[in-house]
Amino acid sequence: MIHMIIFNPAIRPVLAVAVTMAASALIFITGDHIHRNAREAITFIAAFLNCALIMSLVPAVLAGEEMRFSILEIVKGVELAFNPDPAGMVFACVSSSLWILTSLYSTGYMRGHHEKNQTGYFAAFAMCISAATGICFAANLITFFIFFEILTVATYPLVVHYRDETGRRSGRKYLAYTLISGQLFFAGIVIVYWLTGTMEFRAGGFIKTDLLPLPLMAVLFFLMAGAGMVKAGVMPFHSWLPAAMVAPTPVSALLHAVAVVKAGAFAVIRVSFFVFGPDTLKACGAARILSWFAVATILISSFIAMKQDNLKARLAFSTIGQLSYIILGVAMMYPFGAVGGLFHIVAHAFMKITLFMCAGAVYVTTGKKNISEMVGIGRQMPVTMACFAIVSVALAGFPPFVGFVSKANLVMGAVAVQSPLYAFTYVASGLLALAYLMPVVFIAFKRDIINSEFAVKKEACWPMLVPILVTTSAVILLGLVPDAGPHLYDLAVSAGQQIFGTLGVGI
Amino acid sequence: MSNIPVLIVLLPLSAALLCMAFTLVHRRLGRDLVLLSLGASLVLSVIQLKQVIHKGAVSYRFGGYAVPYGIEFRIDSISAVMLVMIFTIGLSTALFCMSFEAKDGNRIKIGGGYTLLALLVVGMAGMTSTGDIFNLYVFLEITSLSGYCLIALGGSRGLVAAFRYMLVGTVAATFYLLGAGILYSQTGTLNMGDMHRLLAAGVSTEAQAAAMIFFIAAFGIKMALFPFHGWQPSAYAHAEAGARPLIAGVMGKIPAYALFRYLFCVYGTEFRLLDKFLLVTGILSCAGIIYGSIRAMAQTDLRKMLAYSSIAQIGYISLGFATGCPAGIAGGFMHMLAHAFMKSGLFFGTGAIRQKYGSMELDDLGYIYRKMPLTSFLLVTASLSMVGIPPLAGFFSKWYIGLGAAESHHLVYLFVLVISSLLNAVYFFKLFEKMFMAKDKKLPDRLTGQAGEVPWNMTIAIVVCAAAIILIGIFNVAVFNVLMQSISEVGL
Repeated sequence: MIHMIIFNPAIRPVLAVAVTMAASALIFITGDHIHRNAREAITFIAAFLNCALIMSLVPAVLAGEEMRFSILEIVKGVELAFNPDPAGMVFACVSSSLWILTSLYSTGYMRGHHEKNQTGYFAAFAMCISAATGICFAANLITFFIFFEILTVATYPLVVHYRDETGRRSGRKYLAYTLISGQLFFAGIVIVYWLTGTMEFRAGGFIKTDLLPLPLMAVLFFLMAGAGMVKAGVMPFHSWLPAAMVAPTPVSALLHAVAVVKAGAFAVIRVSFFVFGPDTLKACGAARILSWFAVATILISSFIAMKQDNLKARLAFSTIGQLSYIILGVAMMYPFGAVGGLFHIVAHAFMKITLFMCAGAVYVTTGKKNISEMVGIGRQMPVTMACFAIVSVALAGFPPFVGFVSKANLVMGAVAVQSPLYAFTYVASGLLALAYLMPVVFIAFKRDIINSEFAVKKEACWPMLVPILVTTSAVILLGLVPDAGPHLYDLAVSAGQQIFGTLGVGI
Repeated sequence: MSNIPVLIVLLPLSAALLCMAFTLVHRRLGRDLVLLSLGASLVLSVIQLKQVIHKGAVSYRFGGYAVPYGIEFRIDSISAVMLVMIFTIGLSTALFCMSFEAKDGNRIKIGGGYTLLALLVVGMAGMTSTGDIFNLYVFLEITSLSGYCLIALGGSRGLVAAFRYMLVGTVAATFYLLGAGILYSQTGTLNMGDMHRLLAAGVSTEAQAAAMIFFIAAFGIKMALFPFHGWQPSAYAHAEAGARPLIAGVMGKIPAYALFRYLFCVYGTEFRLLDKFLLVTGILSCAGIIYGSIRAMAQTDLRKMLAYSSIAQIGYISLGFATGCPAGIAGGFMHMLAHAFMKSGLFFGTGAIRQKYGSMELDDLGYIYRKMPLTSFLLVTASLSMVGIPPLAGFFSKWYIGLGAAESHHLVYLFVLVISSLLNAVYFFKLFEKMFMAKDKKLPDRLTGQAGEVPWNMTIAIVVCAAAIILIGIFNVAVFNVLMQSISEVGL
């Protein structure tokens, strides 16, 4: 019996979600009564278990094994079910592996910064990861929605972590955006279930083009995809994300650059490719409208980013633009775009988390938040700022870094669908990324001025430095060998094949 | 023939009648008797639910008189579930009340309080069980009278609220009698099943419609359906603190159930104007949902906020009925169950806070989550369920109501649900902000020397509600199937 449970791969997604959720509850209940090292141990054990369970699924998913597992009938006629597929695996691998690193970083950051309410922080963090894992593996819309809403609620305590007026205001803003869009998503799910009688995700979509008059189809699509667009910070629904940067930096790093916002992008992927399907979306024009949103977001956010002096705010606007890379890749409705979009989940996750962790390291070590105050900081924190420089170049999409791999696919997609606008957008955005990130590097390594504040070499403590080095190496490694580790590139390609048949993929 | 249906009502009734005498003998004896009877009825109602699930509806004939002539208790799967709910919350409330007994040890007050509580439960259980139109009126009056008294016990403001409620409530009772009278004059029967047969066989639509108007008005007043809700906020807010969870959580649901019986069991689809009446109910519900939510947002007193929110939540239930299709009706009942536990839970929670810190103002809740973690857990669970966050009960009832709205092609209802959830979120997250982020006012703890945050009897009530909200949510399909057993017999 136990043998069956452990070695049945289909049950591992359930275990991955359950372990993390249990860890969250355990931390919340016992956290204030046990030593903080014991409390953090719970996080680490859960993080490693979660990661191991998810990684162990990769071979089976790549082999195309059917692993659907139903837990119970959650509403009449629909099951709470998990079904690991390539698209979900990409996201799950990224969020679970980065959770380990972020936990290490969090420990250093929260202690270095003497934060209050650490118990609640670690509990909510674990709950967010649990929800994100559920989102990755959800086999149908209702399961997806349940975890999507849990994620919405579990992020709230992290946004309002400091319990002050700014935090409260940001929290309200965050809730207003995400709850409204979440409820509209709910209405959309009800309508889809009523019209089709099913909610099971299917690669290529299950809604036929003739189900509804086409304008209504587009409305229904945006009703559902809107929730994802809000979480992914697509303009004009983005303003919660910069506001949410009041949270501690590890939250910004993992949740507001990886788990939460990518859950939004992933929601758009699921709704587009696994509910509606490329044909329907092309026919009703929703794909085109979606692409306009994405193009506008990519360009505008880059310009706003340039004007930000607060480093985290600059990174936040950069995140908004980068997430729309994924959305634009989806909106192309072409295999290259889908593969590039999925792989950009990976690429952007590793790049942006590094940048945020660097920003946090600077903040904890020197107390500086604004770029204008960081003149010559490279003298004090050469390693941190070197990582920052490398990743900035990667983010702009230069080889041999991971940013190039996803961007190459995205640009090829733009060329294949014969859209100069999309191609231009990606190229221009790369240059703009250089324009808003390189000044930080230049300021940090300014040679002619020796800033007395930063004269002595003093890096952040090792729990913060190690994750930065690891993710930077990953950015380089995945750029050279995109398929290293858990075969994330293969997974993205095979997701593309599932969605579009075998057409045109295979680079 | 099994006597369970009648025992369920009879046990608390006898306890209520004996309670006063027992209390005069010993201060705690009357209370123990009431608790015992409610516990016994709870066990019996669970047994009965099992029987109904396995063997179908149960009919109990009083005195052995054949059905159209004698009084009948008819328990189908819906009423069986409702009875379990009534007695679970009834028993929890009775336990909870133990901490709110009159401090001066006045036995008349103590015994009287438990008598009234037991009578309230008897009235509600009777209304749920009966299959007889006039019998329903009797139990309606028992419910109302004990309700008036329990509200009046809540101090001077409670007295005014009770008086207002009594004036309106009497009108409601009269409306009900008028409606019942019209039907009786047309059919000559008082049995619901028989009435349904005779109405279908051909009674003038005008007479039926006139009676239906009276019924909707009567039950509308009793359940505080917009625009008949005027009495409700102050009555809920100022009722006797111990009985408040039962009054706010369950009392409004029983007339809603009676409304269902009239709409679908007595009248049914044979009634030509059913669609029109459903539409009217739907419009009133939508208006109530929006109105209640908006008013709730503006309150600073927690009790008032919860009371206004009830107007909105009752609207959900009648909105489920108004969809007129099985999924929606089941959703309405699911919400009845869910909301009973959510609202009682919220009042248990706020009652516990008041008992410990003596305040009900939102601004005094700062850092309550550290001082009363269990109570805060219940408040958070119930509030999130109210907003409709999965996997809690409130989400799934909303799901079925929404599905019903879509199936009956009333997409407007669906969007009213969406808007209302968002409005709920506004005031419940305001509550969270106060609980987790407001300054600690350092109010003196009035329950010092107590193991745990609140006495054990309060803990039971709190745990029961929190567990129910989560379990009804996760196992909603089981509840749905049981409800559908009866709804599918209605013939929609």
